[in-house]
Amino acid sequence: MTLFDFLQRLLGRQKPSGTLAKERLQLVLAHDRSDLNPELLEQMRREILEVVQRYVEIDLEEGDVSLETEDRVTALVANLPIKRARPLPALVAAAAAVGMAEAPDGEPAPQELAVPLASEPTEDPAAADRD
Amino acid sequence: MDAVTSAPARIILICSGKGGVGKTTLTANLGIALARLGERTVVLDADFGLRNLDLLLGLENRIIYTAQEVLAETCRLEQALVKHKQEPNLALLPAGNPRMLEWLTPEDMQRIVAMVAERADYVLIDCPAGIEDGFKNAAAAAREAIVITTPEVSAVRDADRVIGLLNTRGVAPVQLVLNRVRPKMMASQEMLGVDDVTDILALPLVGLVVEDEQVIVSTNRGEPLTLNGNGSPAAKAYQNIARRLRGEDVPLEDPSKARRGLRARLMNKIRKTTGLF
Ligand SMILES: Nc1ncnc2c1ncn2[C@@H]1O[C@H](COP(=O)(O)OP(=O)(O)O)[C@@H](O)[C@H]1O
Ligand SMILES: [Mg+2]
Repeated sequence: MTLFDFLQRLLGRQKPSGTLAKERLQLVLAHDRSDLNPELLEQMRREILEVVQRYVEIDLEEGDVSLETEDRVTALVANLPIKRARPLPALVAAAAAVGMAEAPDGEPAPQELAVPLASEPTEDPAAADRD
Repeated sequence: MDAVTSAPARIILICSGKGGVGKTTLTANLGIALARLGERTVVLDADFGLRNLDLLLGLENRIIYTAQEVLAETCRLEQALVKHKQEPNLALLPAGNPRMLEWLTPEDMQRIVAMVAERADYVLIDCPAGIEDGFKNAAAAAREAIVITTPEVSAVRDADRVIGLLNTRGVAPVQLVLNRVRPKMMASQEMLGVDDVTDILALPLVGLVVEDEQVIVSTNRGEPLTLNGNGSPAAKAYQNIARRLRGEDVPLEDPSKARRGLRARLMNKIRKTTGLF
């Protein structure tokens, strides 16, 4: 540690490099670990479509499920254009199939579901830089 | 070595992802340490593109055959195993010849390891760097693994990749060795701490090896530190790993905390005796 670094740390202006290393690793590993291989992604896509199809008719040609990364957060993004909701009896059957007591209200599901795979850590050094 | 075995052999892969973090050094030292504890141990050099386990063990001039000839049945296993002169419980088996990189498949590896395991208590497999074919071959026969890393971002990241692969292969247990620890830098938080690394990788720690010049000296000589009761910190660390593997309860001490503890104790004493601050 140089004298300059020491003073910076004393004044609370600089984090020790070990701490920085841990924060950087946690971010990069969250990303590495969520890196699904194409085979698994395809299987997940099929299964998600299957479940969604029980509730609504979707346009299979236009449907898309993918992993997107922005600002070091990876999200599972499903873009599923809905043709129409299923009639009520079908909905009840679908709900029963997944073990729900009642069918959800007739409103169509939101068109885009974004599920963050790697939650942003409370302290993001990159965010501090952006400010 | 006799052919009768009681318990099945422990087949342990020594791997890291990143190169140059201490796999081969650990394999050689752990092999000798286990042998000295009475375990019949075979170290298998699966890094045969860049083999150097023979060099670290001082056996480089005694290799005639490799696993390759054993599998081709041009020699017997006993002929290919290179027994260590001073530590006859230890033998080295080179996986192959660097000029013939193409021969080995995961099935070859399983066959040769099964043969070796019949006459050993421990089989340690020195894995090549990377996560490609060399890793897959080396890992094919492993039941358990030791992942070795240093407290550096790139080494820890690569270790994480390897741990993921070991998990999908069902290799268990997977334990961690943290190598080249510098207690001073850790205490001043200018290096990833022991807890940082174990938190991130979420593996049980089976050993801590400090940065130790004696490692280089012993490599120059071709005599692993564990061979002649060398009392250096790294030698003790390797011996302790061997004992923990056998199920002995050997406490693990974080050297950076021991240091801090000493300073804290001293400050406490000053505070008490002087009544200052
Ligand atoms: N604890 C240690 N202290 C000092 N040097 C070490 C230590 N562990 C390994 N080394 C050195 O690091 C280098 C790489 O070690 P090696 O075992 O060949 O790594 P790998 O097999 O993972 O490529 C060697 O020069 C070795 O002497
Ligand atoms: Mg090596």
